[in-house]
Amino acid sequence: MSDVTTGRQLPNRLDNPLKSTLLSWESLLVLVAVVIFVFNSYSSPYFLNEWSLSDMTFNFTEKALIALAMALLIISGEIDLSVAAIIALASTMMGLALQYGADTPVLVAVGVGVGLLCGAFNGFLVTGLKLPSIVVTIGTMSLFRGIAFIVLGDKSFGNYPASFGWFGQGYVWWVISFELVLFLVFAAVYFVLLHRTNFGRRVFAIGNNDVAAQFSGVRVDRIKFILFCLTGLMSGIAAVLLTARLGSTRPSIAEGFELEAITMVVLGGVSILGGAGSIVGVVLAALIMGLVTFGLGLLNVPGIVMSIFIGGLLITVIALPILFRMWRQRA
Amino acid sequence: MKSLAKHREIWLGLAIVAVIILVTLRFPRFSQPGNLLTIFNDTSILMMLALGQMAVILTRSIDLSMAANLALTGMIAAMLNAAYPAIPIPLIMALCVVIGGLLGAFNGVLVWKLNIPPIVVTLGTLTIFRGLVFVISGGAWVNAAQMSPDFIGLQRAVLLGLPVLSWIAIVVAILFFLLMTRTPLGRALYAIGVNPTAAVYTGINVGLTKFMAFVLAGAVSGLCGYLWISRYVIASVEVASGYELTIVAACVIGGISIAGGIGTVAGALLGALFLGVINNALPVINISPFWQMAISGTAILLAVILNARGERRKGRVILKSAEAAHV
Repeated sequence: MSDVTTGRQLPNRLDNPLKSTLLSWESLLVLVAVVIFVFNSYSSPYFLNEWSLSDMTFNFTEKALIALAMALLIISGEIDLSVAAIIALASTMMGLALQYGADTPVLVAVGVGVGLLCGAFNGFLVTGLKLPSIVVTIGTMSLFRGIAFIVLGDKSFGNYPASFGWFGQGYVWWVISFELVLFLVFAAVYFVLLHRTNFGRRVFAIGNNDVAAQFSGVRVDRIKFILFCLTGLMSGIAAVLLTARLGSTRPSIAEGFELEAITMVVLGGVSILGGAGSIVGVVLAALIMGLVTFGLGLLNVPGIVMSIFIGGLLITVIALPILFRMWRQRA
Repeated sequence: MKSLAKHREIWLGLAIVAVIILVTLRFPRFSQPGNLLTIFNDTSILMMLALGQMAVILTRSIDLSMAANLALTGMIAAMLNAAYPAIPIPLIMALCVVIGGLLGAFNGVLVWKLNIPPIVVTLGTLTIFRGLVFVISGGAWVNAAQMSPDFIGLQRAVLLGLPVLSWIAIVVAILFFLLMTRTPLGRALYAIGVNPTAAVYTGINVGLTKFMAFVLAGAVSGLCGYLWISRYVIASVEVASGYELTIVAACVIGGISIAGGIGTVAGALLGALFLGVINNALPVINISPFWQMAISGTAILLAVILNARGERRKGRVILKSAEAAHV
């Protein structure tokens, strides 16, 4: 009787297709990582060495920490371009605290605290005043780094205590650095948060349709505010690590980090339009960017030329599945 | 809606006048015509870039690669001039417009044909263009000694009391005004920004229009590439580094809505002028140039807060969700 209606099976969108496309995206990333790894091992005799590989991780850990929180923010449909400026401000404030005789625990608290405050400020402007996040964070980007310039001018802070330096230079065990351990711990935390909790579910819901989410009882503004705070917090943590690793603060510290963190997120398969993405993808993308820059570095390729590879990789990895889909539809 | 937009530009104009008056109270020479013309000339490049960016932002897109495009085209112009000083400068300028336009077309094709979000595309091309500057120059600088006197002198030549650079900016501004208000393309840029779905039903090719916006932004960046290099007489990888966000800032201060569809040529020009006046006023009133960045950041935030209030007065609650779905 009602064959017309029952005959047409609705695909179960919540399960298979989404999962399989995500899986295929991540397996594509694994493939890319393996290819680059093999290429690196052949192209340079210095690559396959536990200390080299350990050094390699320093290329991405700080940016990847930010990318973890940024992934959630982008999935919710917002963006934060001010993360590098937050690092600059947090680092400057740590330097300032040092001038007043702060010791290591205080320095860390200042760095993380300033990051959290900056994130809360962004979150307030976006959710409280209903402003577009891309413009707000372009503004706060100038504001935060501008304050660092006002405080520091053309000078720099240095002479951080050795116990503080451990956060950026220390090893937990053998070649495993503190930065790497911290990144892995946070990756696990963010994985659980995004993929295994109600909070994560709501982040996806907001990204897919924030009006529908609002009407389903999700407190959209509060969750977005929390996400901005988390991004600020991670930037503060990255500021502690980077300042400890470099041992000095200049107002131009971490310039360009925001674009690299966003590149990691997008390369990791997070939709820039919001609503889709996974932490596993972001971690893989961070690893790929670390492998590419380190491998090219071993070949004496200058950093600025590496950026061509990173930019090209970003566009190619996004374009390939689209081209493939178009080609399949035509066939 | 139109009167509201007009108000916004009047307020911005008044803000600029207020800054000029405040500075003049302490330093009367600041508002002498000669100094004001210097500020205008200093801001010419930013004004043109803001106009190009406006065309893109109107279509709900963004072009983060403009400064890198400028650096790449400028380096090509400088190297051409250093190698073949005989090439006439107008030809080099034309070439810059074409090269910049092609780089913009590359952005445009990716947005049009592959539907990749503009922010991702131009984030990628930003790093690619900047890297290419290094590749073609080998990291070397092109300095004043290698450039021909014409290459440096053309934009400084004074014509009817104004440097050629100012005249170029004025001509570009007039062209943009005509394009935005008197041509189908200009209308289409606004239409797809206000409502892309409705634009499709009125027969506008949304993809092609976005493509044209990127070509425009690229062509302007290319032209500014030559102008920037010949103004600061140095071509290097670092030229205009980070300037892409200053361009967006000028647009935002000028009242161009990042959500698309709202903005005028006058707004873009005033937004750029506002930043120009501030930058020129700081050294005069003895504030360290290190304050510049924080002040322009504050200006951006204030502008976006004020603009958002203006836009909300329309109370388009239903359309807001439609907008959100298409961004």
